[in-house]
Amino acid sequence: MKNLTALLLLLTLSFGVVASEGIELKEANIDLSDSDSLQRGAQHFVTYCLGCHSAKHMRYLRIALDLGVDQKKMLKEIAPEGASIYDQLHSAMNKHDAEKWFGTQPPDLSLIARSRGADWLYTYLKSYYIEPGSPTGVNNLVFEDTAMPNPLWQLQGEQHAEPRKTIWGEYTKLVLEEPGTLSEREFDRFVNDLVNFLVYVGEPVQLERERIGKYVIFFLLMFTVIAYMLKKEYWKDVH
Amino acid sequence: MKPTRLTECGNWILDRFPVTKFWNDHMAHYYAPKNFNFWYFFGSLALLVLVNQILTGILLTMNYKPDAKLAFDSVEYIMRDVPWGWLVRYMHSTGSSAFFIVIYLHMFRGIMYGSFKHPRELIWIFGMLIFLALMAEAFMGYLLPWGQMSYWGAQVIISLFSAIPVIGDDLSLWIRGDYVIADATLNRFFAFHVIAVPLVLIMLVFMHLVALHEVGSNNPDGVEIKESKDPWGHPVDGIPFHPYYTVKDIVGVGVFLLFFATVIFYMPEVGGYFLEHANFIPADPMKTPEHIAPVWYFTPFYSILRAIPDKFAGVIAMGSSIFVLFLLPWLDRCNVKSIRYRGGIFKKALLLFVVSFVVLGYLGTQPVTPVATIMARIFTAIYFGFFLLMPIYTRWEKTKPVPKSVTPVPSIEEHLHSLEEQLPALIEEITELKPVTAEIGHPAFKSSFFSRRPNPEGMYNVISRLAKKAKGSLD
Repeated sequence: MKNLTALLLLLTLSFGVVASEGIELKEANIDLSDSDSLQRGAQHFVTYCLGCHSAKHMRYLRIALDLGVDQKKMLKEIAPEGASIYDQLHSAMNKHDAEKWFGTQPPDLSLIARSRGADWLYTYLKSYYIEPGSPTGVNNLVFEDTAMPNPLWQLQGEQHAEPRKTIWGEYTKLVLEEPGTLSEREFDRFVNDLVNFLVYVGEPVQLERERIGKYVIFFLLMFTVIAYMLKKEYWKDVH
Repeated sequence: MKPTRLTECGNWILDRFPVTKFWNDHMAHYYAPKNFNFWYFFGSLALLVLVNQILTGILLTMNYKPDAKLAFDSVEYIMRDVPWGWLVRYMHSTGSSAFFIVIYLHMFRGIMYGSFKHPRELIWIFGMLIFLALMAEAFMGYLLPWGQMSYWGAQVIISLFSAIPVIGDDLSLWIRGDYVIADATLNRFFAFHVIAVPLVLIMLVFMHLVALHEVGSNNPDGVEIKESKDPWGHPVDGIPFHPYYTVKDIVGVGVFLLFFATVIFYMPEVGGYFLEHANFIPADPMKTPEHIAPVWYFTPFYSILRAIPDKFAGVIAMGSSIFVLFLLPWLDRCNVKSIRYRGGIFKKALLLFVVSFVVLGYLGTQPVTPVATIMARIFTAIYFGFFLLMPIYTRWEKTKPVPKSVTPVPSIEEHLHSLEEQLPALIEEITELKPVTAEIGHPAFKSSFFSRRPNPEGMYNVISRLAKKAKGSLD
């Protein structure tokens, strides 16, 4: 028995070895109650992403209602020219052109935050670096050989990759070579707002469900307490 | 008193339809042992989840489109544009995982207290058939959202049929209705998921309950309550199911719904275990995901499949890992039902089985590595060892005498009360009073200051006593 227990313990400990490695993701600061951040994110999305990517499960009206933006303001400041408030966030680029230019159709971004996760998106958008030989001129640390060129290069500037060695092993550090129009802090906030918006788009009902959840759980607590008292009353005579 | 029109109408029906008899036979005059504990909530909870799945499922079909081009988008339409659609969908997706949690605990209860033994073998067989139908139901339902994991998970599992010699390829083609998972597959899985399998499930649940009510429930002591009856012919250790267990099960329902609602409203994905991340990408027959993992409730069996190097042998092993459960009533040769009075060897074997089931489940969610494969093989051996060695190790088990009557279950209040009594002594033991040597305040009070500090020796004693108790309970 003792040997068996030791064996089991050993096997359980060896799980650490099974765990896989990967690039360490930077943490995005997601706050869906920050309506200003979401509005800025929506603006950034329309300006920098919508050219190629759609978010077809989302309507401008829903964004306006959820973020508390006036519908006229929504059309004037956030939605692209000519969009109607009832439109979904469709991209202007067609499939045929996309395949010719990028070799693949840019994915719809409605659910990208749910499939990739906020931290992955945040790190991905910050991890582009110059690679002269590649088709787009850039590569990405998080998503190697990504077909997407860096859409934010003007804002971030140009990074390049430097291999570094430490006692824990080798890793690649990205060094800003040529600064962009935004400072590092401004750019971080920019990407964070964009990711925040994508998290919202992934599941627009998130805040609503957390708000309702409080009442449901309060009701169920009361229900359980009363049910328990009822049970005790009935079971008084069972010995 | 002259009967009113309403009671006359009621009597007219009662004279023609045996509602009263049914109610009395199965609720008001159905006697259940009075010592049911925590583990006996899961049967009624399984019924609750089944009802939840059927009701939310019906609502979902009203907006879902079983079409390869529309399925994924229609699910997102339900999540965003259908009023309360997100709630219905989360109730259904969380419900499927909850179903398996409840069923696994229900089955574990059966193994622990010997509920599968004579005279309840058939209840166990019906239960196992329900488990099989449930697995089919969950597997086919998982294809419907038409995400990447839906698609590739189904692709992997259906291609297993092609491992069968001679007829394999034709068989998997016949099941899919196409050379790959496609619209035809989605349509037939929809038909099976929403009508064929649920009908079978409901019929099996009905038979499970009829068989149960014929022989009566087992209990944590494994005592047959029908053997000692009072002068009126009622079991001494039994109480009518209604109202005693109906009110008790409602408490269980409340506690269960608290957990259920917490998941639905605060963590519907449960970190990618209830809703896998990759399933938020639409199915793409041209792009295989790097890592295909089934949902958590299939992972123990998936691990067994992957542990065997040969594909066909793996399929056989996976099939037999489920089939061997059917044989349980005949593999166990011990006459004592409940684990309370069984020998240490069974307790240890059951513990090993639970550990292997959990570890296999974890490994099934992880990518294949050499270490993981070796571990999966070891735990697969333990899994099968539990069942196949059972006729040997249960035959000469050193059992304890089984009481004639059931032992009462202490209530939560009694637990709390005894805890309250033990707590001061426990605190006394793991801490010690030390005079404070540092000077605080006026020197005149110096010696009157004491402070409570943790006492390592006392803690060690308490922990070793607990460990001895845990070891003792395995003997």
